[in-house]
Amino acid sequence: MSEQVLLKNIDNPSAHRIETYEASGGYQGLRTVLRNFAPDEVIEEVKSANLRGRGGAGFPTGLKWSFVPKDSPLPRYLCCNADEGEPGTFKDRILMERDPHQLIEGMIIAAYAIGCRTAYLYIRGEYGLSIEHCQQAIDEAHALGYLGPNILDSEHSLEIHIHKGAGAYICGEETALLESIEGRRGQPKLKPPFPAVAGLYECPTVVNNVETLACLPHLFSRGGEWFASIGPDHSPGPKLFCISGQVKRPGVYELPMGRTLGEMLEDYGGGALTGQFKAGIPGGVSAPMFPRSEFDIKMDFASLAEAGSMLGSAGIIGLDETASIPQVARRVTEFFNHESCGKCTPCREGLTWAAKILRRIEAGRGQRGDVEQLEMLCGGIFGKSFCALGDGAAWALGAALKHFRHEFDALIIPQSKAG
Amino acid sequence: MSDTRSLDEIKSDLAERVEQIMTRYPTARSAIMPSLDLAQQEYGSVDELTYRAIAELLDVPEIWVFEVASFYSLYDRSKMGRHHIRLCTNLPCMLRGAEALMQHLQQRLEVEPGETTSDGSFTLSAVECLGACEVAPVLMAHAQYHGDLTVEKLDALLATFAAQPAEEMS
Repeated sequence: MSEQVLLKNIDNPSAHRIETYEASGGYQGLRTVLRNFAPDEVIEEVKSANLRGRGGAGFPTGLKWSFVPKDSPLPRYLCCNADEGEPGTFKDRILMERDPHQLIEGMIIAAYAIGCRTAYLYIRGEYGLSIEHCQQAIDEAHALGYLGPNILDSEHSLEIHIHKGAGAYICGEETALLESIEGRRGQPKLKPPFPAVAGLYECPTVVNNVETLACLPHLFSRGGEWFASIGPDHSPGPKLFCISGQVKRPGVYELPMGRTLGEMLEDYGGGALTGQFKAGIPGGVSAPMFPRSEFDIKMDFASLAEAGSMLGSAGIIGLDETASIPQVARRVTEFFNHESCGKCTPCREGLTWAAKILRRIEAGRGQRGDVEQLEMLCGGIFGKSFCALGDGAAWALGAALKHFRHEFDALIIPQSKAG
Repeated sequence: MSDTRSLDEIKSDLAERVEQIMTRYPTARSAIMPSLDLAQQEYGSVDELTYRAIAELLDVPEIWVFEVASFYSLYDRSKMGRHHIRLCTNLPCMLRGAEALMQHLQQRLEVEPGETTSDGSFTLSAVECLGACEVAPVLMAHAQYHGDLTVEKLDALLATFAAQPAEEMS
């Protein structure tokens, strides 16, 4: 097994307490940063380590930070996106429940880099234990001078507040998350302006994922070169993978990127629950699935993007030979339809329509032309809304139709009317 | 539900803590979600009187409170059963038998998803991914997760809930 960095203390029942964290090297990364790095140098180090965002899009973190204007008189905000909701994803919950100081230390480092004095940690409302342990971590960090005014006698000051979500997948989209902190319905906004320029309260804002921020203490205590040496050049650093679905050993696994989807499901997931795998989803339900014949795809940002899917949230879902792809497609489409915020017509109406057709097909009442109709709907949704929710829905459905067309066709009534 | 409390009583129940919440944000509007959460913890659900109380405490239009309360699924705008069972039916749970568990719960409780039993003891909800797929199928009740569910585990859980009043569970 490769070295465990993020999950090093995960089985220690007191890993969430600051004494345990400090005893295993915690807050040394922050000390190094405050002693040896100017804020700009922090950004440069993260850029050269090539840390890419672990929330879904894989955007280079240092580059994102560098978009924050240097000369703005406005306050800058850091928001941590802990609204983990992509089906098949639970890594951020594990980090926050069991070892939350990695995240808090990472937030302090990121806030220093962008000149932020108030940060918000947006945790989904269902994650009660995460909220409890993160609040305890914040309080403990305060008591030891890692938070509050003049952190470790430096010029850097920071307060972190938890903002509790209330059950809306869409708030994982960064502009919707900011709307939600502002006390509004979580509906995405058109970009530009990007949050780095006009984000929370119209001020320069950075939104980073939990795992991304949790990488920072390690990156600075051990150096950017060490970080960049793990995994493939274009996708370096420790990475968490969530394995779920029809596998024998579901769970969170820490591995360098670049293993194949087949290795992940067979060697780590423990193989199919029944018989063989039929398909695998690489990065949460928004990520297009691969049939078993394509299980040699490498699990990193670049390889998956090239193959027309994405690493996304690294939520790997195994589908074995008992899975019905039309049923899978129906459930996933119903999810996106339920979570569509309703702002953009193609997403709101298109998904309602697609779900209706998929329910009909699953029930064995599919009509000739239904599959073509679904393909047409996918094209009508993809790229035509403000945010990526509709894109993910259309993309995932499109892959199911492409690879498993025969399963849909088998449910179409032969003599039925077209459309 | 705050139906036994007057507007002024609700306001005085919440005032101090709402003021505390407001110190965390530069705008009063940002305090709407945490205030609704607070009210729900206090009264079990939120209603029009709660919206008005929060609006007055924050000095924001009441519609701002209502539009938030009606958007987010965790705010209960009607009275829930003493035990609210939220069973995840999303893909990873579905692949491990959540649909059969949902049918079992519907039969045992004699309700459809979204309904409350006639004696007011259970509300059954089908929910989207709870982010605990490593223990799928999973449900949430009284803010606790219960995973690796089977029909036997469900029955045992229902028996535990039925034997205890809700206040002792949370």
